[in-house]
Amino acid sequence: MTPHSAHGGHGTVTPPHEPVFVGETRAKLERLFALYPTKQACLLPALWMVQEVRGWISETAIGEVAEALALTPAYVKGVVTFYTMYHTHPVGRHFIQVCTTSPCNICGAEDVVKALLRATGCGELGATSPDGRFTVTEVECLGACGFATPVLVDDDFIESVTPEQVPGILQRYP
Amino acid sequence: MGYPHPSHPKETVVLSQYFGDAEARSYDGWMKRGGYAALRKALGMTREAIVEEVKASGLRGRGGAGFPTGLKWSFMPKEATRPHYLVCNADESEPGTFKDREIMRWTPHSLIEGCAIAAYAIGAERCYIYIRGEFTDPLRIMSAAVEEAYARGALGADAFGSGQRVDMVLHRGAGAYICGEETAMMNSIEGKRGNPRIKPPFPAAAGLFGMPTTINNVETLTAVPHIINRGAAWYKGLCLGNPKSTGTKLISICGHVQRPGNYEVTMGTPLKDILYDMAGGPKPGRTFKAVIPGGSSVPIMTREEAEAALFDYEGIVEQGSMLGSAGMIVMDDTTDMVYQIWRLARFYAHESCAQCTQCREGTAWTTKIMERILAGKGKQEDFQLLLDLAENMTGKTICVLSDSCAAPVVSGIQKFRSEFEAYIAGAREPALAAV
Repeated sequence: MTPHSAHGGHGTVTPPHEPVFVGETRAKLERLFALYPTKQACLLPALWMVQEVRGWISETAIGEVAEALALTPAYVKGVVTFYTMYHTHPVGRHFIQVCTTSPCNICGAEDVVKALLRATGCGELGATSPDGRFTVTEVECLGACGFATPVLVDDDFIESVTPEQVPGILQRYP
Repeated sequence: MGYPHPSHPKETVVLSQYFGDAEARSYDGWMKRGGYAALRKALGMTREAIVEEVKASGLRGRGGAGFPTGLKWSFMPKEATRPHYLVCNADESEPGTFKDREIMRWTPHSLIEGCAIAAYAIGAERCYIYIRGEFTDPLRIMSAAVEEAYARGALGADAFGSGQRVDMVLHRGAGAYICGEETAMMNSIEGKRGNPRIKPPFPAAAGLFGMPTTINNVETLTAVPHIINRGAAWYKGLCLGNPKSTGTKLISICGHVQRPGNYEVTMGTPLKDILYDMAGGPKPGRTFKAVIPGGSSVPIMTREEAEAALFDYEGIVEQGSMLGSAGMIVMDDTTDMVYQIWRLARFYAHESCAQCTQCREGTAWTTKIMERILAGKGKQEDFQLLLDLAENMTGKTICVLSDSCAAPVVSGIQKFRSEFEAYIAGAREPALAAV
C-alpha cells in the first residue's frame, strides 16, 4: 500500500463522481454569493466546503468548483496548490499538523514529531498510516508559540503537547 | 495580563484584561464589561472626529510595520461614490507571535467593536476579517460572536439604530504565511493565489476588488474602542518618555523562559523587566543567549542588546532590531544558533510565494547553504556567499518576505559567527546528515 492509497478523509466516503454542490451545500454556496461582490471571491470558502464534505479536493471537484464560480479548472487548480491546507490527495481519517518552526523547535517539537510518527505508524511525514487512520504533517508556525508544541488534529487545536502525551491524545481519534 | 499566567504588577492591562475569562466571550458578558459603549459613541460622532481622535492618540499599527493608524485612515477618499472596504488582518502567522489569537479567543466582541468603529470611520459598509485557516478555535468563537452581534443589532443594515450599515464577513485562510502581507491578503480574499501586489497603487486608492481599502491588524483595531471611550489624551499618556510610541502593546513571549505568555506593557518599558520579571527569566541554571524581539523577521539581538533596550518602536531600533509584532523568541545558552537560523531560513523558503526571483532563489539557496554548514561541509567562503545573497534579498522585491529571511542570517553571522566557525572547522558534530 503506498502512503497515499488509503482512502477516506474526514467522515464518510462519497464516490468522487457525485457532485458536492447539491442540496444544503449548494444553498450554502449560494448564500456566500451575497457576501462578496464577485463569485471568484467565494473560491477559498467553496474549496473549504469541498474538503469538509470529501476530505480532499480531487480533479473532478476542482472542475465542479470552477463551473460553479465561472472559472477555469486550471485557474482553480493554481489556487488550490498555493495553499497548504487544501489536500490534493486523500489523507487519513485524522489529519495531524504539528508545528516545528523555531519557537517550538527550541522547545522540543522535533521529539513530538518523532513520537507522533512512531505512535501513528505513519513512518514519514506526509504519509498515511497503513490502517488509513492518520496522516502526520509538519506545519510552519501554528501561532501558539507560548504553548509549545501545538498540534492540530483535524479541527482540534491542542496546546503544549509533549512526546509522553502523544499516545493518550491519539486514543481520542479512532 | 500575562495569560495564561496571572497579571504582573509591571503590566498595564487594557486589551488583555479579560483574557481567560470565558464569560467575556458572549454579547451579554461583553456588555456587562462595558462593551459596545464605544461603538454607540462613535456612531454619534462624525467620521472626521473619529479619525482625528485616533490620530491624536498616537496609535500605530500593531501588526509589525508601526504605521500611524489615524493617518492610514485619513488616506481613504472622502466621497462615497464607490464601496470602501475594511480588512482586518487576523492572519497571525509570524513565528513568535500569538497575541491576536488570544484577543479573538477571549474577547471576540472587542475586535468586532473595533472593526465596526473603523469601518464607519473610513466610510466602509463591509469589513472582511481574514483569519488564518489553522486558527480553528478563534474562527469558531468569532463566528459565534459575529452572529450574536447581528442578532443584537450591533451589526447589520442599521447598526444600533444609527442608520449606518456595518457588515462583517469572516474569511478563512488556507495555510499561507504570505497572506498576512496586506496586498496578498486582498488577493486571497478575491479568490486568487496569495501573491503580494506591487505598490502603488496603495490600498486606500485601489485595494480590495479595486476599491479604496484599509487593512488593520487585530490588536490595532482592538485598541480603538478604548481610545474612543477614554480619549486620545489618556492613550497618548500611556508612554514612558518617548511620545512617538504610545499606548500599550501586547507582547507574546516564548521559547526558553519560565512563563511564556502574553504580557501587556506601556510603551517604553525596559525590555529587561519583561524578560526577567514578567516572563520569569531563564530556566534554572541557564542564561539567555539571544532574543528575537519582533517576530522572526527582525534582526536577532544578543542578550546584552536585549537587556539594554527600552521596549518601544524606537528603543528596539536603537539596539539594532525592530519591534515588529512584538512576538518575542527567547533563546538560552543551550540553543544552537546555526541550527535555529537554518530553521528560520527554511520557514521563509517554504512560505515564499515565489513570484520574485531574489526571494524564490534566495530563500532556497540560503537554506541549502545553511544545511551544508550544519552537515559539516561548510566552507569559509560560505559567509560571504550568505551575506551576498542576503544583500540581494533586501529591498529588491515586491514584499519584505525575503528581507525577513535575510535579517536573522545577517545578524546571526554578525553576532554568533563563532558558532558557524565551529561547524565549518569540524569542531562541532554535524547536526544534519550530508545531502
